Amino acid sequence: MDKSEIKTYIAARVAKELKDGDVVNLGIGLPTLVPQFLPEGVHVILQSENGIIGTAPVTEENKDPHYVVDAGGSPSAVGPGGCFIDSCTSFGLIRGGHVDATILGGLEVDEEGSLANWIIPGKKVPGMGGAMDLLVGAKSVIVAMEHTAKGNPKILKKCRLPYTAVNCITKIITEMCVLDVTPNGLVMVEINPEFTVEQVQAATEATLTVSPDLKPMA
Amino acid sequence: MAKFISVSEAVALIPEGASIMFGGFMGNGNTHKIIAALAESGKGNFTMLCNDASMPVGPLGEDMYGVAKLIHNRQIKHLIATHVGLNPEVATQMNEGSLKVTLIPQGSMAEMIRAGGAGLGGVLTPTGVKTMVEENEFCLGRQEIDGRSYLLMKPLRADIALISGYNVDKAGNIWYKGTTRNFNLPMATAADLVICEADHVVEIGGIVPENVHTSGVFVDYVVDGGNA
Repeated sequence: MDKSEIKTYIAARVAKELKDGDVVNLGIGLPTLVPQFLPEGVHVILQSENGIIGTAPVTEENKDPHYVVDAGGSPSAVGPGGCFIDSCTSFGLIRGGHVDATILGGLEVDEEGSLANWIIPGKKVPGMGGAMDLLVGAKSVIVAMEHTAKGNPKILKKCRLPYTAVNCITKIITEMCVLDVTPNGLVMVEINPEFTVEQVQAATEATLTVSPDLKPMA
Repeated sequence: MAKFISVSEAVALIPEGASIMFGGFMGNGNTHKIIAALAESGKGNFTMLCNDASMPVGPLGEDMYGVAKLIHNRQIKHLIATHVGLNPEVATQMNEGSLKVTLIPQGSMAEMIRAGGAGLGGVLTPTGVKTMVEENEFCLGRQEIDGRSYLLMKPLRADIALISGYNVDKAGNIWYKGTTRNFNLPMATAADLVICEADHVVEIGGIVPENVHTSGVFVDYVVDGGNA
């Protein structure tokens, strides 16, 4: 798979995690591909933490770039039944457990379900934005990312970069496998049939337990 | 009752070295006309409290969108924000040591501002526990409540808040359009002097009372941005 096939493959698998009516916050990049793969009949309410509940695709008709943007500052829109809110209400929604799922990428994740994605000290200091609140507050945290970075494992025993949040991840979905985060560490519940368990483990620093009920990713 | 002033009168109210809250998110909901005039004034050494540093290019190709102007003009000595990644100038000045940057989680910052305007002594939030936020100058440590860990964060206030309203009536009541409500709503409560830039000034009654987002009692001055 090339880079874009990998992203599409991961996004399509993530889409199966969402249920009709879920309130969902999507991080930048790969997570924004997820909605196009939602099964028929599954409609989710997308939340944008800068102040939209129920976003809609931008069209020439609804475009209002000086007044309606998404959390990346790009033009956005509100859909039927949606609303605009202020930042306090938005993060009350997030921390208060009213967001069913947040889907985001990671630089590193670890066996304890912790995630690092907001700073590379001495190199890149973009800031955490709303990520720390989303990880702590969303009912389900799904990390959607490539399994390795330039061949180096991203799924570690312990994050080496500063944490965005600890013990927060529900599921990790990569092009190689689906991992559940459990009190006993990372459990592989699905595997891409193109890979063997040994190959996945070799690309992972964390120790993976293989579920007795291991299924093919589809 | 809010007093109507010109853009230059608004800039004259902002002293060198002031701490200023800028409502807005990536330039959306910044007070664009007051900021442009403040950039021209050459005043500086400001502490900027804003979600971000905006971005060098606006959604319609604007050069130095919103608060980005003040960063690029080097008028800011301390930036308190949640995300600065879309304006590379911040990293440049931070690495030179000419700009101090304090990063706060977005939900914490919003609530710390709300607390500052609501007379509260702080905010207890689960966000940031066991992260670098614990070393933040605004974090007073960890507390356990009913078995869960929280960080105690100080309230935030400023000398001045610059608030962007779409419809503002002659009593200073504000209605925000689209996503521009963002940090404008809490910031309008949390500064000693609150200046609102109105995109449109309407008569009293032009915003029905049920739809007033920020009451005019919070607003000291209004600049008619539409005619500025």
